[in-house]
Amino acid sequence: MPAVQETVEQVRSIDVDQYKYGFETLIETERAPKGLSEDIVRFISAKKDEPAWMLEWRLDAYRRWLTMEEPTWARVDYPKIPYDELYYYAAPKAFVAPKSLDDVDPEILKTYEKLGIPLREQEILAGVQRPEGASRVAVDAVFDSVSVATTFKEELKKAGVIFMPISEAVREHPELVRKYLGSVVPVTDNFFATLNSAVFSDGSFVYVPPGVRCPMELSTYFRINERNTGQFERTLIIADKGSYVSYLEGCTAPRRDENQLHAAVVELIALDDAEIKYSTVQNWYPGDSEGRGGIYNFVTKRGDCRGARSKISWTQVETGSAITWKYPSCILRGDGSRGEFYSIAISNGRQQVDSGTKMIHLGKNTTSRIISKGIAAGRSDNTYRGLVSAHRKATGARNFTNCDSLLIGSHCGAHTVPYIEAKNASAVFEHEATTSKISEDMLFYCMQRGLSEEEAVALVVNGFVKDVLQHLPMEFAVEAQKLISISLEGSVG
Amino acid sequence: MQTTMSKPQSSGPEALTSEAERQIAAAWAGVKDHLPGPAPLTARREAAFRRFEAAGLPHRRVEEWKYTDLRALMRDAKPLAQPPGEIGTVRARAAGAVLAGVDVRRIVIADGVLLKEASDLADLEPGLSIGSLADALGSGDAEVTSRLGAQSPAEKDVAFALNTAFMGDGAVIRLAPGATVARPIHLVFCFTGPVPATVFTRSLVEVGAGATLTLVESHEGPDAFDYQVNTALDLVVGDGATVDHVKIGTEGSAALHVATLTAALGRDVTFRGMVFAIGGAAVRNQLFVRCDGAHTNLMLAGATLLKGRQHADATLVLDHAIGGCQSRELFKGVLDGDSRSVFQGKIVVRPDAQKTDGKMSSHALLLSETAEADHKPELEIFADDVVCGHGATAGALDEDLKFYLMARGIPRKEAETLLIQSFVGEAIDTVAHEGIREALSAAATRWLEARQ
Repeated sequence: MPAVQETVEQVRSIDVDQYKYGFETLIETERAPKGLSEDIVRFISAKKDEPAWMLEWRLDAYRRWLTMEEPTWARVDYPKIPYDELYYYAAPKAFVAPKSLDDVDPEILKTYEKLGIPLREQEILAGVQRPEGASRVAVDAVFDSVSVATTFKEELKKAGVIFMPISEAVREHPELVRKYLGSVVPVTDNFFATLNSAVFSDGSFVYVPPGVRCPMELSTYFRINERNTGQFERTLIIADKGSYVSYLEGCTAPRRDENQLHAAVVELIALDDAEIKYSTVQNWYPGDSEGRGGIYNFVTKRGDCRGARSKISWTQVETGSAITWKYPSCILRGDGSRGEFYSIAISNGRQQVDSGTKMIHLGKNTTSRIISKGIAAGRSDNTYRGLVSAHRKATGARNFTNCDSLLIGSHCGAHTVPYIEAKNASAVFEHEATTSKISEDMLFYCMQRGLSEEEAVALVVNGFVKDVLQHLPMEFAVEAQKLISISLEGSVG
Repeated sequence: MQTTMSKPQSSGPEALTSEAERQIAAAWAGVKDHLPGPAPLTARREAAFRRFEAAGLPHRRVEEWKYTDLRALMRDAKPLAQPPGEIGTVRARAAGAVLAGVDVRRIVIADGVLLKEASDLADLEPGLSIGSLADALGSGDAEVTSRLGAQSPAEKDVAFALNTAFMGDGAVIRLAPGATVARPIHLVFCFTGPVPATVFTRSLVEVGAGATLTLVESHEGPDAFDYQVNTALDLVVGDGATVDHVKIGTEGSAALHVATLTAALGRDVTFRGMVFAIGGAAVRNQLFVRCDGAHTNLMLAGATLLKGRQHADATLVLDHAIGGCQSRELFKGVLDGDSRSVFQGKIVVRPDAQKTDGKMSSHALLLSETAEADHKPELEIFADDVVCGHGATAGALDEDLKFYLMARGIPRKEAETLLIQSFVGEAIDTVAHEGIREALSAAATRWLEARQ
């Protein structure tokens, strides 16, 4: 079935030329010299005032990176990236870690105001009217290569939760960083992750101690502002035994004709009985309708369910970026651990999305669930690529995968490339497309109450998509809802 | 847009690093001036060999061969097979027993040579002609040479390219428009020994508009030898024709078997394909099927029964070039011992192929702790008004079902057999010809009875 009108309009309203966050903040910036060399790696490390071990770690990664080749297997097409023409570090001029918000450049504060990101602790996220006493959100705001503000740090500290820029964590909690950094995404993991390991600038660090339920949502807001720069953020989240944390991430960038590289690495570690919920609303500048400009979003995200009965859940709403190359994954190592992946990826204009997940079942009785909805419009290409594998010892592993896609218009492409590898007889894997599974009964029920068939389909399908949206924390759900109250009735598996 | 998932290869003969690759190159140097066919075909053979030379044998970094690493599976390349001697011919006459009792027209191709004296070429039905590829190439039959491997996606495949380079003989079958052949044609491929060798066979089947044909291929050889088979069939089906194709793989237990089917289907065609794989040490069946006309109806099925250290791969590329076609794929694998099954299915729907209706499902049943099933059901869709889906499952026998049967007094072993039979039976049931269907069921039953 072709898409219904409502869907077409919804997608149009988030088309690439409607990008709202394309403004630029005019501030003086200090950049590292252009290009990449050992000296640049040393420069970044020195800027962050890092200990020697961290510098060595970066240099190792850089040397390794020099021997690696850029991957070409994804269904994306872009000109060669001139790695020597990029700036690997950019920070607001004379930037010293601000003690309080009053020290932050007012231009930057205005930027976050415009983006609707609350940096003052009494403020709340745009669009969400919250009653007194409801949960609040702690924000780490990363502007180009530096973290400009982190809110609610003190209050979190009382609960024992560490939430700070990773550059600070390297200095203040080296034992934790050394123990866990690179333990999920090894330095040599892949081309972009290795590049990130060499030049990562900022990102967030979270440690939740045993038995603690993090008292509020944590979030990081990434903003690329400067020209010709790449952003290489690094996020590390550790949930110790029996703890729980929910983390949100948002990202935007100015509208420019050039392509900018964003190569991040996110590592999650859940120990026994811990749970991490990681949500992303990715809204990088997608380029214009002719495909000029936009962010190359080449990101490695991986969670390690290291402990027994641990759980990691990824939820992503992907609407931005010229090119997305991203596979948030779960290594289900602990017995009885659980991985989840909920994704809605919408591509428009000339965007190219190649995204999906990996669920690697290593432990006994591990379970995973993948729900992916891809919507392609304009001249875009939208690919779901996913791996589910059960290793020899993963007795009793279970997976359920459901990936649907929908095309709007005849110039786009929607593709699914699932890999299913069962090496254990007791593993049960189910992979399906629910294309034609809108229940006739439900349609009949709605139509009997006076809705047209189209309205009925829209209603039923929206209910289904919203089911995925429910996995987003409320703070993001409002924004995501605006992006996606979209029907999928013409979807293909 | 084409997939560019495989890494760029280093090109030139220096890419040939393995022993087997060098042996293939040496065999080519020795034989290339003696292969049959007119000049344009010689050029095509050359070009095909260059493709091999540039890429080498497919290996796990080549996306399409990710799960079947031919470079690793082929420790060496056997010398090219010699035509069968007297003993070989006697063996060839007895081959194809899997369809014993079914009334078929047998065409025997032993050690890569079509044996006319062992084939049933008398009283051909009106409109039917059967000849050997060697004769067609020798006489410079331009129609035959132009039809060979005219399918673009298959052309890129190195295993198929090797077949094009080395092909010498096989069957050429033509059926005139409107002709109906009720008696199935059985292409009996066999390897007779006496030493391990490489066999290349290539066949061409052209079915005219509105004609009806049932075609069976069976492949076999002795268990004692690690012989290697590279076989290909080009199938061209005219508008409104009905074609059933069944391929039965019962190669010897040490054999390496790579088979390519290319099919170009016209409009209003009914095509039913079945791949039954039970023998061989390492088997790859690749199918490249293209719908060139509207309202074509396709049913592709596969049944694989593996044990020991067997490896079987079914790889399908189904190209909906024109809209309005319906395709159904159903692949079932039963895995015992340390065996491994691979299913890779790709449905391509081109931009104008609106109203395409495609459904693909693959299911693996793991009977042992150490078996492995890999699936990669892929969709590549560029048209917005289509219904396409795929489903894949992997798992062990359902304990509840087993318990249900056992609670009714059926012993465990028998209960398992019944459940497995019904599992593969679903795929076997897609074969329209009753006699062939029963022969496949019987072969599956024998396999199950031999199970410990």
